[in-house]
Amino acid sequence: MALARALAFFLFAVTLAGAAPAPAAAQGVDPHAIVQKFGGKQSFEATEGVIGELAATGDPSVAGALRALGEGELYWRDSDQAVFIVHGRDDPATLLDPITGEPAGTAPQSSLTKVRIKNSIRNAISDALAGLTLRAKDPAVRLNAAETLFSEADAQGIAALDAAIAAETVPAVRQKMEESRAAAVLRSDRPSEEKVEAVKVLQHRGDRAALNVLNSLSASSADPVLHRAAQAGAAAIESTIAFWNQAQNVWYGLSLGSVLLLAAIGLAITFGVMGVINMAHGEMVMLGAYTTFVVQELIRANAPGLFDWSLVIALPLAFLVSGLVGLAVERCIIRFLYGRPLETLLATFGVSLILQQGVRTLFGPTNRQVGNPGWMSGAFDVGLMSVTWNRLWIIVFALVVFAVLLLILNRTPMGLQMRAVTQNRRMAAAMGIRTPWVDALTFALGSGIAGIAGVALSQIDNVSPNLGQGYIIDSFMVVVFGGVGNLWGTLVGAMSLGILNKSLEPYAGAVLGKIVVLVLLILFIQKRPRGLFALKGRFVDA
Amino acid sequence: MIFARHLGARVWILVAVLVAAAILVPAANLWLPASHPLHVPNYLVPLLGKYVCYALLALALDLVWGYVGILSLGHGAFFALGGYAMGMYLMRQIGGRGVYGNPLLPDFMVFLNWKELPWYWYGFDHFAFAALMVLLVPGLLAFVFGYFAFRSRVTGVYLSIITQAMTYALLLAFFRNDMGFGGNNGLTDFKDILGFPIAARSTRAALFAASCAALVAGVLVVGAVTRSKLGKLMIAVRDAESRTRFLGWRAEHVKLFAFTLSAVMAGVAGALYVPQVGIINPGEFAPVNSIEVVIWAAVGGRGTLLGPVIGALLVNWGKSYFTAAWPEGWLFMLGGLFVVVTLLLPRGIVGTFDHGWDALRLRRRARLAERGGSSGATDAVPNPAE
Amino acid sequence: MTMVEEASRQIRVLHEPQGYAPSLTSISLAGPDPAAGDPDAGENGWPPRPVVSPHPWATERAARLAAEGKGRRRRDTLLYLDGVTKSFDGFKAINNLSLVVERGEMRAIIGPNGAGKTTMMDIITGKTRPDKGEVFFGGDVDLTQHDEAEIAGMGIGRKFQKPTVFESHTVEDNLRLALSGSRSILRALFHRKDAPERQRIEEILALTRLEAKRKMLAADLSHGQKQWLEIGMLLAQDPELLLVDEPVAGMTDAETEETARLLRDISQKHSVVVVEHDMHFVRALGVKVTCLHEGSVLAEGPLDQVSADPRVVEVYLGR
Repeated sequence: MALARALAFFLFAVTLAGAAPAPAAAQGVDPHAIVQKFGGKQSFEATEGVIGELAATGDPSVAGALRALGEGELYWRDSDQAVFIVHGRDDPATLLDPITGEPAGTAPQSSLTKVRIKNSIRNAISDALAGLTLRAKDPAVRLNAAETLFSEADAQGIAALDAAIAAETVPAVRQKMEESRAAAVLRSDRPSEEKVEAVKVLQHRGDRAALNVLNSLSASSADPVLHRAAQAGAAAIESTIAFWNQAQNVWYGLSLGSVLLLAAIGLAITFGVMGVINMAHGEMVMLGAYTTFVVQELIRANAPGLFDWSLVIALPLAFLVSGLVGLAVERCIIRFLYGRPLETLLATFGVSLILQQGVRTLFGPTNRQVGNPGWMSGAFDVGLMSVTWNRLWIIVFALVVFAVLLLILNRTPMGLQMRAVTQNRRMAAAMGIRTPWVDALTFALGSGIAGIAGVALSQIDNVSPNLGQGYIIDSFMVVVFGGVGNLWGTLVGAMSLGILNKSLEPYAGAVLGKIVVLVLLILFIQKRPRGLFALKGRFVDA
Repeated sequence: MIFARHLGARVWILVAVLVAAAILVPAANLWLPASHPLHVPNYLVPLLGKYVCYALLALALDLVWGYVGILSLGHGAFFALGGYAMGMYLMRQIGGRGVYGNPLLPDFMVFLNWKELPWYWYGFDHFAFAALMVLLVPGLLAFVFGYFAFRSRVTGVYLSIITQAMTYALLLAFFRNDMGFGGNNGLTDFKDILGFPIAARSTRAALFAASCAALVAGVLVVGAVTRSKLGKLMIAVRDAESRTRFLGWRAEHVKLFAFTLSAVMAGVAGALYVPQVGIINPGEFAPVNSIEVVIWAAVGGRGTLLGPVIGALLVNWGKSYFTAAWPEGWLFMLGGLFVVVTLLLPRGIVGTFDHGWDALRLRRRARLAERGGSSGATDAVPNPAE
Repeated sequence: MTMVEEASRQIRVLHEPQGYAPSLTSISLAGPDPAAGDPDAGENGWPPRPVVSPHPWATERAARLAAEGKGRRRRDTLLYLDGVTKSFDGFKAINNLSLVVERGEMRAIIGPNGAGKTTMMDIITGKTRPDKGEVFFGGDVDLTQHDEAEIAGMGIGRKFQKPTVFESHTVEDNLRLALSGSRSILRALFHRKDAPERQRIEEILALTRLEAKRKMLAADLSHGQKQWLEIGMLLAQDPELLLVDEPVAGMTDAETEETARLLRDISQKHSVVVVEHDMHFVRALGVKVTCLHEGSVLAEGPLDQVSADPRVVEVYLGR
């Protein structure tokens, strides 16, 4: 920051000493008098000179005249060469004062001559206007102007930027201005030393736009010092960008990981804790998503004001719906199949087919629209990466669900009973724990959590009867990879699979990346059949 | 032959029925007039042929699931690979008759602007090579996959899940256009096989007969294997794997043998299936397909020779019937079938019948023994002490 | 048998101070101990415990002699475990266990629940890899380098605690699968029954008194009959060493007597290690007994001596 300020001061001094119209000297000039210089037949160069003078005043009131000039609405009166703005082709035309915009009488069209412009002049006008908006009252407008100038400003813009920098009080805006000024310096024919300084400013900025400027500089520059500086700057920026790309990949990976975690965490309970293979788990997720859809439809029809609350309302309902279906499945089917995992797999696959077809019959086979509430939409930037709100919320939500589940398992009487039954069913029964009920409740809990996951997934995926199928294999992979019977393993498994998947994607593409992950997983399971965080002990394979 | 006596009358009846079908169905289709009550309509021949291929696939699955206890949820992959090998041969047979008229490249490659044939398509213009690949490709995949899986003792549900992941990975892979297998659309528009037009009635009849022959061969091979000492070892591995290890047997070799043989059989089934349905696409790799095969074997009765054949024919007949009569209902029916069979009929149709029959016979013998006091019959009565 | 007794006495003596057993064991097994009456001890003049720090050459020679001495001693044994440790999640199931079984010996192993008896069997048969320690069979085969099937092929048979037979097969087929011979898969595919095989099965059926049940499915046997069938399968395997885990659990007194007789018969031709809780049965066997406790050898010797040992009484009856 100190360096930037020193630089600004240095540039300011140079500007003062230079031949360019000094902004400080221009302060006392009456803009009205300058505008009048457009009057009379003159060369394009002269017109451009006048634009420069106007810009140098830094007075926002000249903007109207400049805009009119750009749109071909600036005229001078043949009789006295006075300059006016004229809108439209009315005859007689209404004359407006170029600075104040007040009506200044009328005149026949024939007595007026348009100030001629061409493309280069239009560019000069827009630069001048940008320079003027640099002085606007609203800092956001100033920031925007500075940003616009970054890709456009050239030698002529430097003066305006210098003036703006000197007057700027908001640090963020000033930084943008200095960056734009540096870009302008690099496009001008200023001395090399100054350009090398400018390269440093751009390197500090470190985004793709700065990289473009530096790349074109290193391609065009003949000065070896400058060339090297530009190359070094470009390399530094590239590594910054690479870092942020990596960060973005990790972010995407975490996001995918949180989705996997949500989908798998219920399975970690039913499969991991109870040892029950629930192939209908994906359908429990789907039921949760459809519950969200129904809740939103009801809200849309009856209480549109509550829409932002729709997900909050859907959460407990989804838990109940999926949990009850899970309870029914456990009581009617699974309890007869304990100790026969392969048969359980087949029976629950049958349940999944029935649930899918049931939903298809009820809601139709097509995708259903589930809306994002306001707080779930939009995005913001962190450094060079963009973060969407819905992904962020889902990560937070997945972690909260994980933490709550961990609490339930480790801190509540029900969790204690669940763990007891898992470890030694007969002993638990002998202690008076009603093991069938614990089984049923555990299964309902796992299913209910799948339903909750469905609420979250409805925000980022298509809500269709096939929703669950897309997650079931991934979920199993997560649980098996993380290690059965270990919730922390599920967390680590989900996150590392998510990140691995997204890190492979840039090199291999989405589909091939997924295939690679599957193959790696198959190999991994063969290396460590019990997963990353396997329970060890004599009785594990009994 | 080592197995002739041991297979039992029922299996020979099945073989006889299949041989008869192989002769009679084509005959009734080709030579009986359409008005004749026993005439087999044209649409039915490839449909029946499809069922027979499914039966072979179910039998292949039964070899690993019923006899060795490996629940493979990826047998559809071997079926599809065999199908693709055959499909590649049929694709090459199209030659210059494709839409783009390219004598060398299949249409989809021309469409993708490919300039030359990928190396892995070489040789598929020869039927013998393609037939070899039908056996080799699924067999090799199963061998490599099984080698790693069984060596590291991945068993039970874990094995089921990774077989499912295997077919899922292949599904994703074959959907890609870059793979060179026609991507989403797969291989289709076949013209002829071994020089015979593929849609002709006589060709279809011949393919049906070939499918029956393959199924007969499959039944005999599985019968021979399961009745040998190796077959007893397979069942031993299924019931008490560690016991076999402590007796010095390499359980992983037993599994690998069964898995590979089974994959080869599935590949043959797929190869016969493709010319009869006229298309092979990545959908065949879908995990759901593989699980459906499991239910065929389960309905019929796993661990028997007859069961998977009967199960595949019954379930697929039901599927054809219900998808026409009540399309929405079929998935309910199929789902219900999974639940009902596992809960109420775990032995399947054939197994339940056998079990009931054995129980009946035992009871009669016990009664006879009681009445007559003959000591010879007590041998087979379960000891009440247990 | 003096040799055997000597070795076992030595091991027992070494294990008495449980706290620092490791160092003692390693020294005693590493170098000939004069106290043990090793003839080599005097000749080489190798003191059992160096009092001063030895010369480097001496250390080298000591290491060489130690290796030779160990090799010689080990080579004479059938089963040799030294310093074996195995822990599961921090719980030491086997803790610095040392055990020697001579050729032709029958040994009974007793110990309370959780003493590490089954884990020891798992380690010997290759089901579990020890964390550290040596396990040698026949003197020079390192069992930790082999898996179950290989170890079984070398001639170690095992009966499980819970009778494990092939329930869907007949008694005959169970024995047929266990019969020694080729374990090649392809041979099994083309295997044909022959007269020697039949005769061998007849012998075992007679020995285990299962002749009348030969066509029955193993699932339909009684618990005791299953135990016998499993022992019969072990015999069919014709191993050099039989590991028998709780052979009389769930048997009637008469059956127990019979089993003891059977095992004594078997021990005429094979080495046997029996793990059992049933003291009457162990007494009926009449062999040397090793008592395990918390993964280590607590006492060893004739049953009367072991059962009189106050520490054994303590671990069995509590304080």
